[in-house]
Amino acid sequence: MTAPPAEIVERVPSEQEAAGNVIVFENVSIAFEDKPALDGISFRLPKGECKAIFGVAGSGKSTILKLALGLLKPDDGHIYVLGEDVTQMSEDALFEIRRKVGIVFQESALFDSLTVRENVAFRLLEEGDIPDAEVERRVREALSFVELEHTLDKFPSELSGGMRRRVAIARAIITEPEVLLYDSPTGGLDPVTSTTIIQLIVKQRDVYKTSSLLVTHRLQDAFIMATHYFDRTANEMRPLPPGSRAEIPMGFLILRDGKVIFDGSAHELAQSKDEYIREYIS
Amino acid sequence: MELISPTEFAKETVQTLEDYSILAGQSVASLFRYPRYFADMLQQADLIGVGSLPIVVLTGFFTGAVLALNSSTTLQRFGSLSLLGQLVSVGMVRELGPVLTGLMVAGRNSSGMASEIGSMVVTEQIDAMRALGTDPMKKLITPRVVSTVFMLFFLSIISDLLGLLGGGAVARFLLGMDSHQYWSTAWQALAFQDVFMGLVKPLLFGFIISTVGCYYGISARGGTQGVGRATTQAVVASSVFILLVDFFATKFLMAIFGYR
Repeated sequence: MTAPPAEIVERVPSEQEAAGNVIVFENVSIAFEDKPALDGISFRLPKGECKAIFGVAGSGKSTILKLALGLLKPDDGHIYVLGEDVTQMSEDALFEIRRKVGIVFQESALFDSLTVRENVAFRLLEEGDIPDAEVERRVREALSFVELEHTLDKFPSELSGGMRRRVAIARAIITEPEVLLYDSPTGGLDPVTSTTIIQLIVKQRDVYKTSSLLVTHRLQDAFIMATHYFDRTANEMRPLPPGSRAEIPMGFLILRDGKVIFDGSAHELAQSKDEYIREYIS
Repeated sequence: MELISPTEFAKETVQTLEDYSILAGQSVASLFRYPRYFADMLQQADLIGVGSLPIVVLTGFFTGAVLALNSSTTLQRFGSLSLLGQLVSVGMVRELGPVLTGLMVAGRNSSGMASEIGSMVVTEQIDAMRALGTDPMKKLITPRVVSTVFMLFFLSIISDLLGLLGGGAVARFLLGMDSHQYWSTAWQALAFQDVFMGLVKPLLFGFIISTVGCYYGISARGGTQGVGRATTQAVVASSVFILLVDFFATKFLMAIFGYR
């Protein structure tokens, strides 16, 4: 049974977002066991944009998300999230920044000993000063956004892979974060479920105007995002009319050997003459 | 098995000790910082304390019984069987009660903590927790440390008492001794120093069990195989650590109380 669509309330962008870029990487390098994963990469995520990050396995895509959240510290360079240099912050100070950033992990990373309700409410319950009724309302709202309101009392192990990803999205958006980080949200899912997840990401981008970084292996997902918009009236994703592609706030970033080899729009990507990129997108 | 150079081995050992010390220090420091997770502490106290009760009861009772049984032949040879109560009470309260309870709880809970936290690490649940603005040190580790220290203290007392009962049962039913004589010698033999020694050790052992278990859990790498390895290492390391600390704590406390 499909839950009724959630009431859509537009979020007011913060002052930091209004100032410009929500995430900035400046010459960031990190190595694991002396093997460089990222080698002096720089890029910017403008407010309201979704940037898809591509690269072969092990090219450092997921590392970028963990660096942005301060879960890893770079060996060199600076990372600014919502105007704050997260490379210089203590773990306690990072918790403040993390409250404004949501993340969907590759394998969902739901707490397996907690129910769906407790997973989604985790951040609210940790804050401690929110009344139970308010927590319940927001949990239901977040779950209705991903159309999983009926799974409230189930445990993650009772859900399918796609449902777990959707619960992870609900957990990430419950506090209405200013930035969302998606780590291969469609990885390992069938095409129909993948499209459902992409629709949710497009809905979050177009309705709530949330800036996001999307790590993915699936080029087709990013191209769907670049060529579709979310129709609020119909409550579904629809293809753009021909010629209006530039209105979609969607960027592409391609990594190779720890370096950024492309950072631009879908149109620029399609026009690229670089042999590696041409082969990658073909 | 991969061979590593002595220098590399020394570096890894020092690094492990450093990381463990930091975790142990932070687990205590987190007690004095908000938020404090009292509900998690209670839940862990139930899992660790109440859950370990059956094995502690059985271990304590049969250790006291076998101690009485083994000692009786030697004491009988010197015509001192009347000192059996004294031997069992001092042996149990000062040494066997705390150490065996510690080893039993280490086998049960240190491994449990390592596997639970290790599984959370390899499935990115710890990263998710940090990403959701919660400090795993405060939420997962400090409650386990506090609960283990607190519950091991009482489990050791229960073990001591059950050991005395086990010894008493052997004395009465197998050796035909007078129960009153057994209990009065057992009671009179105990001095403040013995009880103090027996009550300080569980606090140290509880800290070792929980911090070692959590350390190996949080350091787990390499999927399910890594979790399995962490679990085994946690039990081995905490058991050895308990025996080492027991020796030095006993030596130290004996020096303080002027034992020769």
